[in-house]
Amino acid sequence: MAYDKLIFELSKPGKTGYRLPSLDVEGKDLSEYIPEELLATDELDFPEVSEVDVIRHFTNLSMKNYGLDRGFYPLGSCTMKYNPKINEDVASLEGFTNLHPYQKDEDVQGTLEALYNVGEALSEISGMDFMTLQPAAGAHGEITGVMLIKAYHEHNGQNQRNKIIVPDAAHGTNPATAAMAGYEIIEIKSKPNGMVDIDALKAVVGDDTAGLMLTNPNTLGIYDENIKDITSIIHDAGGLVYYDGANMNAILGHSRPGDMGFDIVHYNVHKTFSTPHGGGGPGAGPVGVKSFLKPFLPKPVVEKKDDGTYYLDFDVPYTLGKMKAFVGHVAILLRTYSYILTMGKDGLRDASTMAVLNANYLAQSLKENYNLPLDRLYKHEFVLAGIKDDTHTITTLDVAKRILDKGFHAPTVYFPLIVPEALMIEPTESEPKDTLDDFIKALNEIAEEAKTNPELLKTAPHDTPVRRPDETKAAKDLVLKYEGEINA
Amino acid sequence: MSKYPYIPHTDEEIKEMLDVVGVSSLEDLFSDIPEEMKMKGELDLPASQSEGEVFGYLSKLAKKNKTTNDLACFMGGGAYDHYIPSVVNHITGRSEFYTAYTPYQPEVSQGTLQYIFEYQTLMANLTGMDYANASLYDGQSAVAEAAIMTTQMSKKNKIAISETADPQAITVLRTYTHARGMELVLIPRDGMVTSLDKAKEIVDDTVGTVIIQSPNFYGYIEDIAPFVELAHSQKKRYIIQSTDPTSLPIMKKPGELGVDVVVGDGQAFGIPLQFGGPYLGILAFNKPFLRKIPGRIVGQTEDMDGKRSWVLTLSAREQHIKRERATSNICSNQGLNVLAATVYMSLLGKKGMKEVSYQCIAKSHYLFEKLSGLDKVKVLTDKPFFKEFSIGFDKDADEVLAKLEENGILGGISLSRIDESLGNGLIIAVTEKRTKEEMDKFVKTLEEVL
Repeated sequence: MAYDKLIFELSKPGKTGYRLPSLDVEGKDLSEYIPEELLATDELDFPEVSEVDVIRHFTNLSMKNYGLDRGFYPLGSCTMKYNPKINEDVASLEGFTNLHPYQKDEDVQGTLEALYNVGEALSEISGMDFMTLQPAAGAHGEITGVMLIKAYHEHNGQNQRNKIIVPDAAHGTNPATAAMAGYEIIEIKSKPNGMVDIDALKAVVGDDTAGLMLTNPNTLGIYDENIKDITSIIHDAGGLVYYDGANMNAILGHSRPGDMGFDIVHYNVHKTFSTPHGGGGPGAGPVGVKSFLKPFLPKPVVEKKDDGTYYLDFDVPYTLGKMKAFVGHVAILLRTYSYILTMGKDGLRDASTMAVLNANYLAQSLKENYNLPLDRLYKHEFVLAGIKDDTHTITTLDVAKRILDKGFHAPTVYFPLIVPEALMIEPTESEPKDTLDDFIKALNEIAEEAKTNPELLKTAPHDTPVRRPDETKAAKDLVLKYEGEINA
Repeated sequence: MSKYPYIPHTDEEIKEMLDVVGVSSLEDLFSDIPEEMKMKGELDLPASQSEGEVFGYLSKLAKKNKTTNDLACFMGGGAYDHYIPSVVNHITGRSEFYTAYTPYQPEVSQGTLQYIFEYQTLMANLTGMDYANASLYDGQSAVAEAAIMTTQMSKKNKIAISETADPQAITVLRTYTHARGMELVLIPRDGMVTSLDKAKEIVDDTVGTVIIQSPNFYGYIEDIAPFVELAHSQKKRYIIQSTDPTSLPIMKKPGELGVDVVVGDGQAFGIPLQFGGPYLGILAFNKPFLRKIPGRIVGQTEDMDGKRSWVLTLSAREQHIKRERATSNICSNQGLNVLAATVYMSLLGKKGMKEVSYQCIAKSHYLFEKLSGLDKVKVLTDKPFFKEFSIGFDKDADEVLAKLEENGILGGISLSRIDESLGNGLIIAVTEKRTKEEMDKFVKTLEEVL
């Protein structure tokens, strides 16, 4: 019988999972510290469990998860590459973990040096002049980037620039990001070959254009051959160009957003520099800018003095303010730095090369049984338009769920929205040919099953801890916390 | 290519794969990049290094820092040196958790989904609110995310926040609200707590959200009830309480006080200080906000076989649909830190949570009493405090802090660094980790310094 308990269901009055040292000062009644009317009247509704209960419970939960260390995660646009163990060891060094963020610069020179250096390296890799390390995640980097655009135009008295252009092959969060910064969004359609429609772009730019949000290669995995024209069109109209760095893993050491004409870049360090995804976070989303935007960055920024020491500079003349507390997700940035040092200029470039090789190998190997809308070179990812199925009964969801039975994580499905029945696949450089071949074999088996036993796909997955949980029910009969009695 | 441990291809395999792709060299894979866009030469970075070299270098950097193991940490200001039970790191260090993706495929993510559901339950119970979400970036950005949500719901455009709130939270809020064209007003303090009289003048018809932090940045407990009353004196005006969650096991819950939304930082629950991040943004709220909240939420459901299971739910608010109308673009949560907090809260449980709170309050009051007995220490207020308090003195605070540090003590945050009008002094935090011996040394050193 599979483990099926909640921590609350393990609780028994009197159990404990902790021990504090005895209080070594005199303790008074709480009401002598705080007026009675401000104190809690009820007992805390928390479980009572032992340490062994806790260890077994969460270990059992972990076994219901599919992690990258267990197998292949071909998630398009999410870049699930291997998370090197040295990164974890580095980030958990006592010298890094036990630092208070209000400690003075002199106390934290080691961390500041690492942060400064990682900022420099990220600038070089993106072709930008300066980085802010503050953003907490990729999407947080996006909003930081768009707020930089806003701060810049406001400083120049260009408040009429109230529109952000977003191509339809953009990332899911781009329009929400622009909306959050108070912008109107203009969407432009891609051409059939997946590139930005230059005429459509020209038709919408004007003196109300604040900027363009774009990723290159785009979500279809295609490097836009007109990228220089695109950035020039926006610049000529007085707008700024923002690069969504979600797809950076495709071009490390091969091509740089800064050289493509972008003014602002964000990284998702988990995608490009192997920091763990952590089941949803924490991440980090450093943002790079060309030097004319440096005075607008969120404060503080990490700087180096002539004498070789490092400091946090809060004196940023036209700063947009702060995006979150303190300097950023330091522990994640240390993992980033560890990866950059380990791979170096040669290894980073080779990582992209092999990520691209893996993607193209898969695209070419899968097109027999799956629709490949554009038969061409891809960068690190590509999008299939569903399974080739004459009966038209097998959906991409069925395929994805069946893949889980075959021992793989599913690809990204139904995204990007511009491809029907999209299966978006990104193998990354860390997968060997053998794994890719097993994956191809599994997908081809599924194509065969679609013909011979479609019911098997419709009812998939069969070998997972749960099978197609009812999402409609979850949203309709909302249960968002444990409703049972704790210690019943 | 085998020189890189994370790139597994053999030369032979590369050749076979290139054949399948139909190109003759690895370089040809990049022939779709226009020549002028191709990077010329190499990145200006060091070449790859072995694991031992990298670890050696980074260990050296780590050793350059002076840590809270070297110094007894009395610094707070939103980040606290609490004890982290060993179990926490052992669980978060399981690669099934840290190498997993956002749980979009629920069948292979039940572990992540279930611990988030447990976290939501624990946070809702701790705050006394109807629900909690799956977390935000940190306490300070949670203030901003929550304020934007409630202000939009109020259909007004102005937010009032107490001057006694974390100055970083105020700055983050100002940054976000400015970009959205919302107005921010500060409610002045009266001594070390928020002025209710001034709040009554400021909170007019145009204000949609009132934000009070308690315990506030200087350590003192705000009397929330009259501010709740003030906020609710008009329909569709909301109050957000920002709080230190370690105070909640012994304090009247925000939910009982009628607060609409609770935010805070969960760093104290099993997450290392690590120089400011990553931490854990708490967002707990009442029913009316359910379909408006930023971030993720996990719901319970049943699978095809009727088995209890969990999925991400109400995601129409997120990037998937209605994205142009989104109130937030947040699409990650603090997954692993949520796990740390869930493990921490489970381990400590009903009694341990309360005992940590009690030790913090007892020890901080011990230190306060000793310090306030010193001739040159000025007691700034008689307001109640939880684990953090402020003291004044005449000597330059940076000088005092330097002397304390020479004696192995991180003495707190300089008051004038936060608000010059407060003069010289310190904001001092005392967690359950601090010993009587460390506190007595603090008192003795301060007496000598002042």
